[in-house]
Amino acid sequence: MIMIFGIPGPLLFGQLLLGLINGAFYAMLSLGLAVIFGMLNIINFAHGALFMMGAFVAWMLLNYVGIGYFPALILAPLIVGAFGIVLEKTIISRLYKLDHLYGLLLTFGLSLVIEGLFRNGYGSSGLPYRIPAALQGAVDLGFMFMPIYRGWVVLAAAVVCLATWAVIEKTTLGATLRAATENAPLVQAFGVNVPRLITLTYGGGIALAAFAGVLAAPIYSVNPNMGTNFINTVFAVVVIGGMGSILGSIVTGFALGVVEGLTKVFYPQASATVVFVVMVIILLTRPRGLFGKAA
Amino acid sequence: MNVSRRAITLGGFAAAAGTIAPLTAGRAQGKPTLRVGCLTDMSGPYKDLAGPGAVSAVKQALQEFGVAGKGFDVEVLVADHLNKPDVGTTVARQWFDRDGVDVIVEVANSGVALAVANVAKEKNKVYLNTGAATSDLTAGACSPNTIHWVYDTYMLAQSTGAAMVKSGGDSWFFITADYAFGKALQRDTTDFVTNAGGKVVGSVTYPFPGTTDFSSYLIQAQSSGAKVLGLANAGTDTINTIKQAKEFGIKMRLAGLLLFLTDVHSLGLEVAQGIVLTDSFYWDMNDRTRAFSDRYSVNMKGTRPTMVQAGVYSSITHYLKTATAMGIEKAKLDGAATISAMKAMPTEDDCFGAGSIRADGRKIHPSYLWEVKKPGESKGPWDYYKAVASTPADTAFRPLDKGGCSLVKA
Repeated sequence: MIMIFGIPGPLLFGQLLLGLINGAFYAMLSLGLAVIFGMLNIINFAHGALFMMGAFVAWMLLNYVGIGYFPALILAPLIVGAFGIVLEKTIISRLYKLDHLYGLLLTFGLSLVIEGLFRNGYGSSGLPYRIPAALQGAVDLGFMFMPIYRGWVVLAAAVVCLATWAVIEKTTLGATLRAATENAPLVQAFGVNVPRLITLTYGGGIALAAFAGVLAAPIYSVNPNMGTNFINTVFAVVVIGGMGSILGSIVTGFALGVVEGLTKVFYPQASATVVFVVMVIILLTRPRGLFGKAA
Repeated sequence: MNVSRRAITLGGFAAAAGTIAPLTAGRAQGKPTLRVGCLTDMSGPYKDLAGPGAVSAVKQALQEFGVAGKGFDVEVLVADHLNKPDVGTTVARQWFDRDGVDVIVEVANSGVALAVANVAKEKNKVYLNTGAATSDLTAGACSPNTIHWVYDTYMLAQSTGAAMVKSGGDSWFFITADYAFGKALQRDTTDFVTNAGGKVVGSVTYPFPGTTDFSSYLIQAQSSGAKVLGLANAGTDTINTIKQAKEFGIKMRLAGLLLFLTDVHSLGLEVAQGIVLTDSFYWDMNDRTRAFSDRYSVNMKGTRPTMVQAGVYSSITHYLKTATAMGIEKAKLDGAATISAMKAMPTEDDCFGAGSIRADGRKIHPSYLWEVKKPGESKGPWDYYKAVASTPADTAFRPLDKGGCSLVKA
């Protein structure tokens, strides 16, 4: 058997693959955060709670209405995205002129309220959500047993991330969006409804979080605390990638998943901390993050 | 009936914040008041196995004991320890110093429980632990002010660990939560496994709380070649580990060293079937436990009590019996004397039947080994366990002279 740093090769490959799977969640969540920060200048702390809502909406669709996993993958992001739009219109939009800190506090408070409501209604042990029949089972890769569903998660995440990147960087809509963040009054002068654009961007970022939530539902139990566990790491990912950088958050998300995965083999106790160690190092050497643009 | 929306909202916030809820209003002058503080996990991974159910069990015990007409009042205070020892200690001090609390009950989380036990000793109050598992509470850390009621890591390790080794599971790998409880459970189980001729081939310790993905540890466990996977964790962590073990096709036998009824409920029988576990209480054991659970369900939206919640009922019932017998004023004055009187009096209640409390503060009763039913065997929700074996009260826990508790030598 091949040994790498005293660890059997197959075990190490397995961990790399698992790291990529977790990285897929980091990438999807940090992408939504980066889009929202880039366009709205809001540090959206409610992102974890809305990710959790995505999973819960999928569970409710199945148990109350009988709608299965694949339709939920489209419907839940739409429903939670619409909820996000309502939040933006009624509450968050009042804070654009103020310092970042106000947005952070408001969204943090919102996340506590949302999570508290779900905890009161559904308890904290979590609710079971089955893997859809089409994606059940596993493939033996030789070095590890790969559940088909986890493979699907990486694939779906990669496609969604690339599509979002393409929309923002390569289409006219994306160009308008980017222009609006640079100089809103000028873009408005061209007849573009900037406030609506911003509202839709927020809704889109939230929909991404909800999509990740639906993907996560069959893996973790659908649990009011599931967002809290992710959100701190995801913020570190956004900072390391460079605040507001789309490509940065995608690449960093996957990369940090792998770094964390490897830590779980060499020193598991540090696996919750390693991301923040990386963040400190990056902030000391490249304060704008790996992909951040200079001011 | 008109209920304003404002009233509902306020009620909701009060419940969420875990504020003080006086049980009996209108205190007569000169009547002594016992204050019971239920310190538990109201929002984290142990909320369902303790939490609001534990609070409800306190109130049920007070109601069924019939406090009214006995010449004293009782107030119940509730707080969330957030699984943080510093938060738990602060609440305990505030309760004892400022709010006049006489007894703290529950505290699901070994780290918090060890801290609270110290405060209770310092202030000479009563602490009745039901949720925390570490067997250190009746060993090196034993206290004249603490009783460990329901179960401990030694009891779990002996029952589940020994049964596993006996049926051929002689090599083990542990996935362990990185705090007092996980480490105590792994240590106690390791002793039983090695004494029975088995061996431990490896273990991983993961950060607690906050870990949701266990796949990496499961792959490490699988590649160790061990036959049994010992889960030295609890609550949502155990649920996630078991779910993911199934997902990754882990072929090892799972030993749920601490698995509660609510965990099995959340997992569903499809995933949980066949798992062997140890509990000292199950609602469907006999007529008395069923009757108790039916009364509990009425207040708890039809859910069934875990052994922790049953323990809260049992311990508060015994405390009230002792306090009335020795005099409320005297019980309020001296926590250690109250605990001594509780140890002198045999226990008797619907949940655990007849039992007793040892000098080291260990409440003893039999422990039971259960197997989770297959979906076809279950008659409906909450019908989850079938009995496999039991250990009598006198051998279910660590022998009195083996723990090194200073109270035993004295």
